[in-house]
Amino acid sequence: MSNSETGTHVSYLEHEGKYKGLLGWLLTTDHKKIGLLYLYCIIVFFFVAAILGILMRVELIAPGQTIMGAQTYNGMFTIHGIIMIFVIVIPALPAIFGNFFLPIMIGAKDVAFPKLNLFSFYLFLIGAIFGVLSQFIGGGAPDTGWTFYVPYSSQSSTNVIYALIAAFILGFSSILTGLNFIVTMHRMRAPGMGWFRMPLFPWSLYATAWIQVLATPIVGITLLMVIAERVLKIGFFDPALGGDPVLFQHLFWIYSHPAVYIMILPGMGIVTEIFPTFSQKPIFGYTAILFSSLAIAFVGYFVWGHHMYTAGISTGSRWFFSFLTFLVAVPSAIKVFNWVSTLYGGSIEMRPPLLYAISFIFLFMIGGFTGLTLGSVATDIQVHDTAFVVAHFHYIIFGGMGFAFFAGMHYWFPKIFGRMYNDKLAYIGWGFLFTGFNVLYFPQFIIGLQGMPRRYFDYLPQFQTGQVISTIGGFILFTGLIIMVGNLVYHAKRGAIAPANPWKGVTLEWQIPSPPSHENFDEIPEINHAPYFFGNTSENK
Amino acid sequence: MSTHSIHSEQIESETGKLGMWIFLLTELFLFGGLFLVYAVFRAQYSEAFHAGAEELNAFIGTLNTVFLLVSSMTVAMAITAIQKDKKNLAIFLILVTLILAGLFMMNKYFEWSHKFEFKLYPGSEVLKNLPRGELLFFGLYFMMTGLHAIHVLIGMTLLAINIFKIKNGEVSSKHYLHLENTGLYWHLVDLIWIFLFPLLYLIT
Amino acid sequence: MKNGDTHISSFTSHAIVLIVLLALTFLSVSVTGYQLGAFSVTIALAIASVKVATVILNFMHVKHESLFIKLMISGVFILYALVIIITFIDYQLR
Repeated sequence: MSNSETGTHVSYLEHEGKYKGLLGWLLTTDHKKIGLLYLYCIIVFFFVAAILGILMRVELIAPGQTIMGAQTYNGMFTIHGIIMIFVIVIPALPAIFGNFFLPIMIGAKDVAFPKLNLFSFYLFLIGAIFGVLSQFIGGGAPDTGWTFYVPYSSQSSTNVIYALIAAFILGFSSILTGLNFIVTMHRMRAPGMGWFRMPLFPWSLYATAWIQVLATPIVGITLLMVIAERVLKIGFFDPALGGDPVLFQHLFWIYSHPAVYIMILPGMGIVTEIFPTFSQKPIFGYTAILFSSLAIAFVGYFVWGHHMYTAGISTGSRWFFSFLTFLVAVPSAIKVFNWVSTLYGGSIEMRPPLLYAISFIFLFMIGGFTGLTLGSVATDIQVHDTAFVVAHFHYIIFGGMGFAFFAGMHYWFPKIFGRMYNDKLAYIGWGFLFTGFNVLYFPQFIIGLQGMPRRYFDYLPQFQTGQVISTIGGFILFTGLIIMVGNLVYHAKRGAIAPANPWKGVTLEWQIPSPPSHENFDEIPEINHAPYFFGNTSENK
Repeated sequence: MSTHSIHSEQIESETGKLGMWIFLLTELFLFGGLFLVYAVFRAQYSEAFHAGAEELNAFIGTLNTVFLLVSSMTVAMAITAIQKDKKNLAIFLILVTLILAGLFMMNKYFEWSHKFEFKLYPGSEVLKNLPRGELLFFGLYFMMTGLHAIHVLIGMTLLAINIFKIKNGEVSSKHYLHLENTGLYWHLVDLIWIFLFPLLYLIT
Repeated sequence: MKNGDTHISSFTSHAIVLIVLLALTFLSVSVTGYQLGAFSVTIALAIASVKVATVILNFMHVKHESLFIKLMISGVFILYALVIIITFIDYQLR
């Protein structure tokens, strides 16, 4: 494959299929182009939701009404949540990096069902547009929070139905992506690539895909039931119609807790790729990481009740869910141990992707440990529905999945666009992001413990110091985002030409030119060794 | 050359079938959510659910079960027929399936309109004044059979498409994945009904 | 998943499966006539499960599918059963 740098190479970006120009993008079935379509949409929606976030931070800079009324604030945190969760965090990593790199990393020319892949992108787009529309049309922005708790969601006069439909469609899109990935990994691995020669990012996507396929339908039917409750007045959850609101919480969290693992598992997969490359050393404990992904997916399916300790569930089940929640921390800890051990004794080269990956570990661990605080019943009852939960959640999702996303972006950027970004700007951007992130969310732990409730647009004066620090952090974070995205966007077209393998990576995507050709491989590679094979040291087999 | 194309045909069919199976599992979980709600309410209001089930006509339910079971067999036979390259027989069997599905829907229509005559429909005054358990039972009854009926209609559409595909040769004894997957979908409709039938019509 | 090993089920075997299914249906209906209390649901569900297994194995050809598909389907039913059981840990212990 080394001869592919010759003049005959046409990258997928220049490849012309049946359709030309814009249509060539909109009707493409190339998994790489679909991945980029997702990327562009997700960046746009991310900025919409981030601006809503920063507006809320400004509102919270002082007690009482500052720039918006209570109802506007309710709409904002709802739409911020719905867009961030359903449009960005759940689909982002599988849909962008999964689509782009999964086939390449297993040595395939495309996913198993390319047309279905395009279809799920359009479902995603329609769902996302519904989500944004719900903010602007008709009866006002939905104000239920992204969790749609009944009975309020079946009674609120705002656009809850639009938001429910948006979440339903986005869920369907997520199911189809997961289905596609499972079949791709089962049927399309290159010859010689047994299951245990598959790199760990695909493995994490495999675990994720099973959760997408098996948990999402439950929330789908739950949302349909809430729609039926609102439109047809069929009683399921609303006590006024005879229903049981706690049952809604059960069904909602049967999906939405595993959904947290849909969010974080691919992020773990990305940093698992980065650590071996930048320490030039095989991953420590390949099998342990692989099975911990599967264990997280499996055990994570049964811990949903820890969101409901204060909802009136039985003491016995609180005990049970708390126990399982502690159990699910074990595989996560195994992963952290393995990442750190991979760095140990490696020839480490500190470049932006590794920096982001290390920040991931740091932030994910803060999020993880506070997760144990929330997982034990006694402390959870104290901090339930406070800013503590907000901080924990953002440490896991933004600090974990978000920073893994940035890490992946900096890691695979040369492969995707065939250009290099500016390292110095990347470091500056990272500095702002990392500082801003901690300044924004750490004070929330403290005021949360002191009793600041979440989702309130007003607060008592004693929380003001914390809130002001948070807001300052919000602006630092936002500046960092602009620097980072600006650096990447500018250099996607104008950066220095990237070599095929700038980081000396060993997985398959680095063995083909940057950017890859339309069909990825001129010849399907034959795999005859383990995935992280850095020459013939004794550690390799 | 020819062995190669048969080989890739085989691979394509295995891939398509695996995808279909995973999709069917998501459908099972979609109904699974409803069955979970049913189970919880049934455990809480077993007397009322019994009373509600008495209101339903077990004979119509049994008849509909028979229709769906026979139609499942005819679809399975249609696949056997196409594998043996008997095109006309396959089309005939699919038509029989469609007729049985039509009879099922007709029964369903009469059943529902009978309920509507007695003002038993979601949101009606009569329903609202029933005891809480019966209210929930009828809510579940309409949601479950309604969602199932939508699946029957989708299945009928897919079957009808197959008739055209057999006629123009897109589905043949060498290439019948489309019919196989339609068959799988149709059996799923049957599977869900097999559970719905005793839970809604037979509980005592 | 051996290549070229497509199994063609015979018309007769389909007919036999249908007869079994119909017999189970009438068994299920006639059992309803007896007052069995709590057991009636158990029996109805047990018969339904046998019917579902029959359909999956025969009409849906799972008998002749790969081991993975068999494991996947049974795994999903086990997963669903666990979800029901765990939900009932809450409702039964209140």
